[in-house]
Amino acid sequence: MTNNLIEVKNLKKYYQVQKGFVETLLARKIDFIKAVDKISFNIRKGEVFGLAGESGSGKTTTGRLILGLTEPTEGKIFFDNIDISSLSPSEMRSFRKKMQIIFQDPYASLNPRMKVGDSIGHSLLIHKICNEAEKRELVLDIMTKVGLTPSKILCEKYPHQLSGGQRQRAVIARALILQPELIVADEPIAMADVSVRATILKLMMDLKNEFNLTYLFITHDLATTKYICDRIAIMYLGKIFEMGTIYDVYSNPKHPYTIALLSAVPVPDPKARRKHLIPRGEIPSPINPPPGCRFHPRCPKVMDICSKKEPELIDTGNKHLVACHLK
Amino acid sequence: MKKEDKFFSHRLFGWFIKSAKWYGSEFYITTTGSVIILVIILITIFAPIIAPYNPIKFVGNTFSPPNSDFYMGTDNLGRDVFSRVIYGARVVLSIAFLSSIFSALVGIPLGLLSGFIGGKIDRILSLVMDSIYSFPGLILAIAMAALLGPGVINISIAIAFVYIPTYFRMSRGHTLSIKEELYVEAAKSLGAKSSTILIKYIFPNVIQSIVVVFSLNIADAILTAAGLSFLGLGIPPPTPDWGMDLSQGRAFLPSGSWWIITFPGIMISLTTLGFSMIGEGLNEILNPKITER
Repeated sequence: MTNNLIEVKNLKKYYQVQKGFVETLLARKIDFIKAVDKISFNIRKGEVFGLAGESGSGKTTTGRLILGLTEPTEGKIFFDNIDISSLSPSEMRSFRKKMQIIFQDPYASLNPRMKVGDSIGHSLLIHKICNEAEKRELVLDIMTKVGLTPSKILCEKYPHQLSGGQRQRAVIARALILQPELIVADEPIAMADVSVRATILKLMMDLKNEFNLTYLFITHDLATTKYICDRIAIMYLGKIFEMGTIYDVYSNPKHPYTIALLSAVPVPDPKARRKHLIPRGEIPSPINPPPGCRFHPRCPKVMDICSKKEPELIDTGNKHLVACHLK
Repeated sequence: MKKEDKFFSHRLFGWFIKSAKWYGSEFYITTTGSVIILVIILITIFAPIIAPYNPIKFVGNTFSPPNSDFYMGTDNLGRDVFSRVIYGARVVLSIAFLSSIFSALVGIPLGLLSGFIGGKIDRILSLVMDSIYSFPGLILAIAMAALLGPGVINISIAIAFVYIPTYFRMSRGHTLSIKEELYVEAAKSLGAKSSTILIKYIFPNVIQSIVVVFSLNIADAILTAAGLSFLGLGIPPPTPDWGMDLSQGRAFLPSGSWWIITFPGIMISLTTLGFSMIGEGLNEILNPKITER
């Protein structure tokens, strides 16, 4: 059977709400933002796992937790059956070779005072994989692979001299140079021009096959996940609502939230008039999420039980998990 | 040789025109300041060649007004004011530069560490720095100068002490904001140590705004240095020093000897103005966002 590269078990991340001095005196209890609230999933080796949801649903926090960039409040993350939270800081540093991140904003994720080539190759020096001369070879090699050509000229440039697409390629190159097993892609194409998006996505998929990568693909754009993900999880206010293979979720969505999200995906057919099931209002505050099912104030198919009992994530067959009383 | 020289000056002129068009008035401010400071620095270096007399020798009649022998007249002891003004630049500039370098060397690393580590260390350091900052600068410098005694190095340290909080706050503030940047997070996810992040990712991005503070700081330090020697806490006489000459010449102003204090005073103002202009101009050029506000 396929084995799991990442296993997330009952992961929680609460942030304490910062308050003023007077408020602290007046308020009895401390409020928490429940960014990620008890989620479990696993990512198999070599698959592209999509994590989708509105902004504020805790997707990025989940990604950061998996990379160990923030400490989880509760729960465990296993990478190749190794508990990440049990590692000491220095063990963690060398462990980071195995997982890398591609950030949403290529404009902010490269050091403006470092040449692109140095930015890409810096991790090689950090982990003492090679010396300065070998670094240059490896950097030029990876730059050619991600399509940053002519690499000899571009590696001497500073980030502000590159275009957005080139920068995103540089960020991808930086993530790949350590030959990681997992790449967390945090909305890698959200900031790119529409014309560049397809090329970046295609590049990421080509590189996946070449380097045997596993992707955790975080996005709010269901249209792209359809084309690249193998499995997908839909998140809402720190909870997973639906999870399954991309085929199951797209052809047979069971949760009203998923249905609503999918109905918002544009279809390239002007004659296809669809009934839009847009959820009412805004995503509620994660400080005091609604009781019961978190989606019930906005749900078009709300029932009595929804506001009382929180639905469990239940397998409806073929590992298609849904958290809804409707099923 | 001559051809190449012409070519270079031509290129320099072309660059000047281009930059002036690009940056506008800030560029003129910076250039004017730079020219003033360049001239003063050249005067400092070539003082023995430029100065007609020995600045501490009695070379003429006392209280002679500016004439063809003594361009700026002579003082109460018959010393040439022009020579004293030229040699005085040495003392002032070395104190100003030394003190700014001292305070930058102490303030910037402390600010970086304080902002990066945070927590208790940050609170304690910020408290100490804020209490230094809340003192009136000159009074603190007087206290420090009285404690350390005279001499160029001691006076520089006394003045440096006053300006450490300026650098501290600047670099701490920048560190705090740069710490949250994505590229720092990226470095963390690459597995970089905290020291590597601080040196390779945060420091190079903090230092660029320090240049501005540095030149403004020198301007301020000149005034403080002149203030200290005016109060008799500077370099002991007879070493030529603008502040000292001001305080000594002050006694003879009522009798009509205006030249003894006018020329050192002009020089203090000019030097301060020069550095301020560089600082302000650079500030506008390096941080264009300020003008947009």
